[in-house]
Amino acid sequence: MKDWRYWLAEQRGTLLAFGIFIVMFAIYSGNHPAGFTANVVQTAANKGVLLAFVAMAQTLVVITAGIDLSVGMIFTLTNCMASWLVIGTGLETAFGVLAVLGTGLVCGAVNGAIVIYGRLQPIVATIATGAVFFGLALLLRPVPGGSVNEDLADFLTGRFFGVVPASLVALLVIVLVVWVPFSRSEFGRAAYAAGSSETAAYMSGVPIRRGKFLAYTLAGLLAAIGGLFLTFFTYTGEAAYASGNAYTLFSIAAVVLGGVSLFGGKGSAIGAIFGALAFRTIGDLLFVFDFDPLWQPLFQGVILLIAVSLGAFALFRVRNRLEWFL
Amino acid sequence: MDGAAPLFRMEGISKRYGGVRALEKADLTVTAGGIHAILGENGAGKSTLIKVMAGVVAPDEGTMTLDGREVSFASPAAANQAGIVCIFQELSLIPELSVADNIVISDPPKRFGMIDRKAQRRIAEEALARAGASDIHPCALVKDLPLSRRQMVEIAKALARKPRILILDEATSALTAADVAKVFEVLKRLRSEGLALLYISHRMNEIAELADHCTVFRNGRNVASYPAGSKSDNEVVELMIGREYSHIFPPKPGPTAAATTVLEARNLSWADRLDNISLSVKAGEVVGLGGLDGQGQRELLLAFFGVLRGLSGEILIDGKPVSIASPTAASHGRIGMALIPEDRKTEGLMLPMTVRENLSFAALDRLSKGGIIDRAAEQRLIDDMVGLLAIKTAGLDIPVGALSGGNQQKVVIAKWLMRQPRIILLNDPTRGIDVGTKQELYQLMRKLADAGAAILFYSTDYDELIGCCDRVLVLYDGAVKRELVGAEITEHALIASALNIHGEGAGPKQGVGA
Repeated sequence: MKDWRYWLAEQRGTLLAFGIFIVMFAIYSGNHPAGFTANVVQTAANKGVLLAFVAMAQTLVVITAGIDLSVGMIFTLTNCMASWLVIGTGLETAFGVLAVLGTGLVCGAVNGAIVIYGRLQPIVATIATGAVFFGLALLLRPVPGGSVNEDLADFLTGRFFGVVPASLVALLVIVLVVWVPFSRSEFGRAAYAAGSSETAAYMSGVPIRRGKFLAYTLAGLLAAIGGLFLTFFTYTGEAAYASGNAYTLFSIAAVVLGGVSLFGGKGSAIGAIFGALAFRTIGDLLFVFDFDPLWQPLFQGVILLIAVSLGAFALFRVRNRLEWFL
Repeated sequence: MDGAAPLFRMEGISKRYGGVRALEKADLTVTAGGIHAILGENGAGKSTLIKVMAGVVAPDEGTMTLDGREVSFASPAAANQAGIVCIFQELSLIPELSVADNIVISDPPKRFGMIDRKAQRRIAEEALARAGASDIHPCALVKDLPLSRRQMVEIAKALARKPRILILDEATSALTAADVAKVFEVLKRLRSEGLALLYISHRMNEIAELADHCTVFRNGRNVASYPAGSKSDNEVVELMIGREYSHIFPPKPGPTAAATTVLEARNLSWADRLDNISLSVKAGEVVGLGGLDGQGQRELLLAFFGVLRGLSGEILIDGKPVSIASPTAASHGRIGMALIPEDRKTEGLMLPMTVRENLSFAALDRLSKGGIIDRAAEQRLIDDMVGLLAIKTAGLDIPVGALSGGNQQKVVIAKWLMRQPRIILLNDPTRGIDVGTKQELYQLMRKLADAGAAILFYSTDYDELIGCCDRVLVLYDGAVKRELVGAEITEHALIASALNIHGEGAGPKQGVGA
């Protein structure tokens, strides 16, 4: 086989997610009353990017064969923090941004430390820390409110050159600064290795613990970037329990749509980003068709099931039934 | 070779797991530029010994010296650093990563803090070429490779680490004859380059071809150490088991005349793994499946047990064609088939569940009335089985994972015997269990056959096939190449036909070296 075929096989999940997104978005913008305009794209991008950041965070942890049920709460907590801190002069705002991102890193590091060094199951550990993070968010913002540096917010949610959504550019920058170095570093590979077969990774002398710790920590950072952007879009902070939980669950759906294996060791954050964008578009499809919004969750669920099933077709070709369970 | 200063020395190494002694004051001396064979039965302590060397487990007592300096390894990474690299049986490859990723995994080349993919590719290609496996593409995912290719990747991966001491633990067990020959070339070249090689294998002919020096382990101790070629195979086997070999097998009843054929296959083929297989097993007969590992034996058993889809050919039970759609169908009703799987930990047992629950799983339908389990009937049957197989357990309600390997295997067998199967398929059931338990299993197998069961028995251990079977079918590349009956079943015949060598004159040594 030629090199490009191996590359294609490796990127299959990502390409499938990209394909689903393109189809969904074509249907969406084709039926939108305003059509495919810069405005429509900007609005869609701003909504999609939030979930994309949280889904990237989830990807890092899922690659290690873990799961992070606190991402949505880190997202909520950092939103509340940003509504206090990202305000004032340029210097003050910069300090606020750093503090918010730092908080995300610490939250992720706490998750990592509990899972790796405390040897707790990721599900239980992150349910618990998620509750703690939400509790902190509630203390910061018992009622919705606060404000944000609107110049910065408008800059990052607006358009460059009148057409390119700034939030998409920001997403691209984060991919280049966080995901690409991570996935190509020794620790990134350790995270994949640990997710695929922890015993084999250990026997091979792979730095499993550092790889996993970095994955959890960066996941916290990415969720915090998401929280920051939420503040830029809403201009306020809100400790919304339902929204935090929804982001956690949607991030898992986005990750699966993006071809990342929940068993670990396989997939890419790029796929998860397209998964997130596709998921958001599915959610918005109903509006352009003028259906009753009551139908939205049901419709979204059905489309999600169909999309996820695309990946399961390979099972029909299995000839040894034992491979069903692998 | 005694004149050379030892490169590595282990003295008085002991290791206990729970109450079980795996190593008891074991010694080993390794010199550079030599191939040192380690022999011994399963459970003799060989694998624990190399795990200690490779930093996987820490010894309870004893010292290790490398270049005359005392060393201890906290992890496999530390042992690698010191130049000790172990090739485990496909244990250390990461399935979702590519071949190149795997080869450089412990120390990837870096540029600006990121992995340098070009350099990685170059290293991988070099290492594959050095291992004589340039046919493997560095971008292929390990999980997509067949077992024999994975094993070659393991070897390439070890070589890429530039070891001083290379340990091969049954590294050739999954290889085809052509690969074995290639690997031997590589090992001999490494020896001439001054590496120390530790070679662990059950194949006497491989050891005869390769080794300079041999050490035999038994019950966790090194019982003999001698230059290769100074002892006959029989002497070596006696050293390994500590008594005469023939006694551990029960006597065979000899050919039975009028028994009826219970299990029959006609022209069975599946994918590219099974090729037109026809065979029959009579009531009261033990039929062996021989050949090198991975020649389709496992698939054949799975085919009978209803696991494979898209099978062509016919399966007949009591002379009537049947179609078996699942393990449930195979074990129920008039078919009455049982499969003792190869990997008891994943396919045979639910390790965290209790001995009682594990024993009942396969027979739950027989033990329940209207969907409710009849506890009293269950208890009676379990008591029978624990007695029949002499399962040593601290109680029926402890997790089955806490039992020793031999007793776990007895639980797997007992679980199927609770259904009183008429056809018993065994997939290498004695792998990793001690000689004593093996002996009990051989006797049990013969007892079941005498009671009228038809037994199809796959083993990677030639002596077992010789000692237990009335007939042996030798598989090669998915097809039955030869049938050996009664006195024809000899080690020589088994090996020759396993390697698919024609003619009586071809000895195993020429066969492997060719």
